[in-house]
Amino acid sequence: MSDITEKNLTEIVKLIKNKEIKSEELTKSFIKNINKDKKLNCFITKCSEDALNNAKRFDKSPKLDTLLPGIPIAVKDLFCTEDVRTTAGSKMLENFVPRYESTITNNLWNEGAFLLGKLNCDEYAMGSSNETSYFGSVKNPIAENTVPGGSSGGSASALTANLTPTTIGTDTGGSIRQPASFTGTVGLKPTYGLCSRWGIVAFASSLDQAGPMTKTVEDCALMLEAMAGFDKKDSTSINKKKENYSKNLTDNIKGLKIGIPKEYRVDGMSKEIDKIWENGKKILKDSGAEIVDITLPNTKYALPTYYIVAPAEASSNLARYDGVKYGFRSAKGNNLIEMYENTRSEGFGDEVKRRILIGTYVLSSGYYDAYYLKAQKVRQMIKNDFDQSFKKVDAILTPSTPTSAFKIGEKKDDPISMYLNDIFTVPVNLAGIPAISIPAGVDMNNYPLGLQLIGKPLNEQKILNIAYAAEKKINFKQSLNRWWEK
Amino acid sequence: MSIDKDKIKHISKLARISVDEKKIEDLTKDLSSIFKFIEQLNELNTDKVEPLSSILNEPLRLRKDEINDGKMRNKILENSPQKNEQFYVVPKVIE
Repeated sequence: MSDITEKNLTEIVKLIKNKEIKSEELTKSFIKNINKDKKLNCFITKCSEDALNNAKRFDKSPKLDTLLPGIPIAVKDLFCTEDVRTTAGSKMLENFVPRYESTITNNLWNEGAFLLGKLNCDEYAMGSSNETSYFGSVKNPIAENTVPGGSSGGSASALTANLTPTTIGTDTGGSIRQPASFTGTVGLKPTYGLCSRWGIVAFASSLDQAGPMTKTVEDCALMLEAMAGFDKKDSTSINKKKENYSKNLTDNIKGLKIGIPKEYRVDGMSKEIDKIWENGKKILKDSGAEIVDITLPNTKYALPTYYIVAPAEASSNLARYDGVKYGFRSAKGNNLIEMYENTRSEGFGDEVKRRILIGTYVLSSGYYDAYYLKAQKVRQMIKNDFDQSFKKVDAILTPSTPTSAFKIGEKKDDPISMYLNDIFTVPVNLAGIPAISIPAGVDMNNYPLGLQLIGKPLNEQKILNIAYAAEKKINFKQSLNRWWEK
Repeated sequence: MSIDKDKIKHISKLARISVDEKKIEDLTKDLSSIFKFIEQLNELNTDKVEPLSSILNEPLRLRKDEINDGKMRNKILENSPQKNEQFYVVPKVIE
């Protein structure tokens, strides 16, 4: 058999179900790759021994009527895993061991999967390049000097490098879709409330959503099916019937209307991105969809809105890190207040501190109306733009990112240019709607570029179907020289 | 709104994050450029817009106030940076 780790999740699940491979053999193959991950730096915590034990346990009495039978999965280190260290990429949580399991990971384990390890990410998911992690930056398998995107950068790299057959990330402003685009993989941010937030280290609670990161659209449908579902422990979880995304996946998209928003053609966007966007339109048209020009007039205000709302929520959420109940505590300080101030100064990295300060400021007395309230009004306008458009179209097609993967260090000292990378992904989070990024081509350096399909609330099936149809015709293939193993 | 050093000191006090004197300069510069970017929103007239209060279409649920886990005091205390028997320990707050 050819190298099992090169196969996609759907193929692997089939091999397990047909008893052509055992979970132990499968797990060993991935661990072999993981042990050569040093240069990529994808893993914060490896769980190889436990994973092997779980694989053996599965093989002894295999339960094959599940969605993910005997599948080892490494997850972003933002999901709390019972008795396995969960750091959120921060010094603050370097030694934090949760005593409970997040709902999303628990859902995966209930479908037969088990934990392979915890993947690197930007600190508290705040970043677009995985360079803010306390555990060091992650490299993109496509080329040694490039970032994998962020914040789910470790997840995207691990998937691309065949260190895990599938993975999960979280997306607050693009943290699943942007790294997916940078690595040539598929990433989906579900409708706000579809996947439980319980047990995920909180960043901005009205924007955070967990979602799958996979090699194919079919894998993505399968993973979403395993992850999604009502959870009474999350007060914003939507109570609706579970959908069979993988069973209902079809490339028949005849008659669907696809919107093209002119505001997504931004200054300085490369020709290649324009080209893959045009090609995407053509492919969907050839598949029987109708292309419709639409307008989302407040698009340019999405990013400034996001940089009020997200830091405001982050400053509230991260107030809990006081060095008392869990996490890092500074040894310096003569009284309680000084202990707090030193703990938070030494425990958080620069980007996290920057965002806490922005958030504190926009919520502070005298400035709340000018910033936070203003932002919530513009957020409503951005949501209205989408609501209006979805009266005319079934889905919206845009590029996923304004550039391909950039160089390590290139944007590190310029927060605004870093933030601009999320220009196409952030509006979706503000509106609480679903979107998927699929690989759609390469630029002149041969670096992957993604296209994004945005859907109506709870229309994951529809965007998956459109993505499935597009994927077949785009036929994106990537060959890596596995430089990190040399 | 311009951000100056005094403002940075004030916000960091509110956020309970001590900021190194050496870093105040850089922070002032970064936050000034970020706020300049954010203030693009002032171009928009929002007088007649209601602020978004929830992204969900349904109201938040209430649940019964009942105990569904517990009895893990020691396990939870294991994550504490400083403890004494079943208590968290903090620097002295009363003389």
